Amino acid sequence: MTGNMHLGVEEPIRECQYNQICTHNSSPMGTPHTKKKKIKRKWQVFQGRNKFYCNGRIMMAKQTGVFYLTMVLILVTSGLFFAFDCPFLASNLTPAIPAIGGVLFIFVMGMLLRASFSDPGVLPRATPEEAADIERQIDTTNGPSGPGYRPPPRTREVLINGQTVKLKYCFTCKIFRPPRASHCSLCDNCVERFDHHCPWVGNCVGRRNYRFFYLFILSLSFLTIFIFAFVITHVILRSNRTGFLSALKDSPASVLEVVVCFFSVWSIVGLSGFHTYLISSNQTTNEDIKGSWSSKRGKGNYNPYSYGNFITNFCAALCGPLPPSLIDRRGFVQPDTPQPAAQTNGTGACPSNQVQSHMAATNPLLHSQTVILGGGTPLQAKTSLGGPCSTLGPSQPSLPSSIPGLSCGGELMALRDSEIHCHHHLHHQHFISPEETPSPPAALPCATHLGHHVHPAQLFDPASQDSLHEDSVRGLVKLSSV
Amino acid sequence: MAETHSLQDLRQAAVASKVFVQRDYTSGTICKFQTKFPAELESRIDKQQFEETIQTLNNLYADAEKLGGRSYLEGCLACLTAYTIFLCMETHYEKVLKKIAKYIQEQNEKIYAPLGLLLTDPIERGLRVVEITIFEDRSIGSR
Repeated sequence: MTGNMHLGVEEPIRECQYNQICTHNSSPMGTPHTKKKKIKRKWQVFQGRNKFYCNGRIMMAKQTGVFYLTMVLILVTSGLFFAFDCPFLASNLTPAIPAIGGVLFIFVMGMLLRASFSDPGVLPRATPEEAADIERQIDTTNGPSGPGYRPPPRTREVLINGQTVKLKYCFTCKIFRPPRASHCSLCDNCVERFDHHCPWVGNCVGRRNYRFFYLFILSLSFLTIFIFAFVITHVILRSNRTGFLSALKDSPASVLEVVVCFFSVWSIVGLSGFHTYLISSNQTTNEDIKGSWSSKRGKGNYNPYSYGNFITNFCAALCGPLPPSLIDRRGFVQPDTPQPAAQTNGTGACPSNQVQSHMAATNPLLHSQTVILGGGTPLQAKTSLGGPCSTLGPSQPSLPSSIPGLSCGGELMALRDSEIHCHHHLHHQHFISPEETPSPPAALPCATHLGHHVHPAQLFDPASQDSLHEDSVRGLVKLSSV
Repeated sequence: MAETHSLQDLRQAAVASKVFVQRDYTSGTICKFQTKFPAELESRIDKQQFEETIQTLNNLYADAEKLGGRSYLEGCLACLTAYTIFLCMETHYEKVLKKIAKYIQEQNEKIYAPLGLLLTDPIERGLRVVEITIFEDRSIGSR
């Protein structure tokens, strides 16, 4: 993979050591005996659940197993094609076939690596001052919160191009999400223009890598059809000379290639078609699945982001300006820079994805934050293997927060596996942080409102006030009676 | 005697508070900041001046994200060279961001620092907010 780096990386690579975020940590933080604290790069203290390689140049999701499968499938199939079928085709038909195949293959790999390794458009989390400022603004808007259990709705409405769009507050990142942004629960980041999280690519697909993803699946469709067609041609030509069975014996690889291509063609071509439709109407997978702009929602419902005609939409999506990364992975952490809110762990080690302290601040709220922990992700990966990316669905669709009887003003999980995740979540919660909360309150809500598909965040800041905790407990008890 | 601060002096001054100018999404997802004048700055700076600064920033960001012949050309060229062209060349967006950084520094030096304020480049806050730090005004009989 090192050889292909230059295709997919934005900066020239001088040295390329695989510094995974977990293992690369020279001096432990907080040791008084170190003469000089080693200055860290920002990727080492990044709070999302991402993996970084090559000293921050490469950014991927935590679970990359399926990505390696994708690579293997493409490399093996193409390799077999070039090794076994191309010599025959080049000599009997035309050498243009391997040439075109080669160009397609390089393009596919380039786009795949670019889509997998780049920052999808992650929004950095709010600094503590920003978070406090927003909290204050919300409090002012909604009035003082009394002993009620209903947290004020954390949404803002904005009029875009004649359509009213709701901006939701992200409890993890402590920001009001821009329109079209969404929080990916697998990567634990808010991503701009979030399309979906693609396990095949091993990364989220968002504003900055959507065009690479689209070009990848488009070129892969061509490559698959190309290989399929020419392998069939090869086998037919050989069969004309030596008979069908003998032809298969002479080039056994062809069978494997045909099988792989046959099954891939349906899903990949289908996916390309789907994304072509999405681009031409300027929607994200997220919006399409939720039906945000469908006319079924209402007469006056239309997509305010569309430029009107599909050509402009296409050009904008594929050839528009590429915004730079907002998270500045390779920058150095300034010693006096305020660390963003809800920092899980001081060391640059693997971000502790089990324990996240939600600063409840002044509001005794139930922070309904769906947190899919380590236990949940394998399930996610499994459900996706069976089908293309589009069927995976958004990792965290944000449904309207006003559900009768429930006051959790946060994100709601609509995935089928939410119950399973819930149990995993509880299990981890109890195991990891026995000292943080008394366990019983955490156990109550999950078990009782599975039907509502809501996950209140049972993780509290250990430094929170007693009254805060008391109110939260009261809130949870109230929930359990719903 | 009014004490005016230079940019260096501000580093030592105490931070009184911070004001955040949020994004304005009424034009869609493009980067644009609200021009509404924050109440906390009323005593410090002229409303006109502040609005002019924000408006200039908005115009610069709009130029960075503008769809047009130039951006399409850049996009197509990049695609044809498999995006390797960006190893040698900066994108238009990055060029504009550099321009913005220079503009903000210039504004800080000329206008905001003498008033005890400091603008933070929005890119350092993920283009979410324009952070304005208000420093304690220790001058006696200040303006």
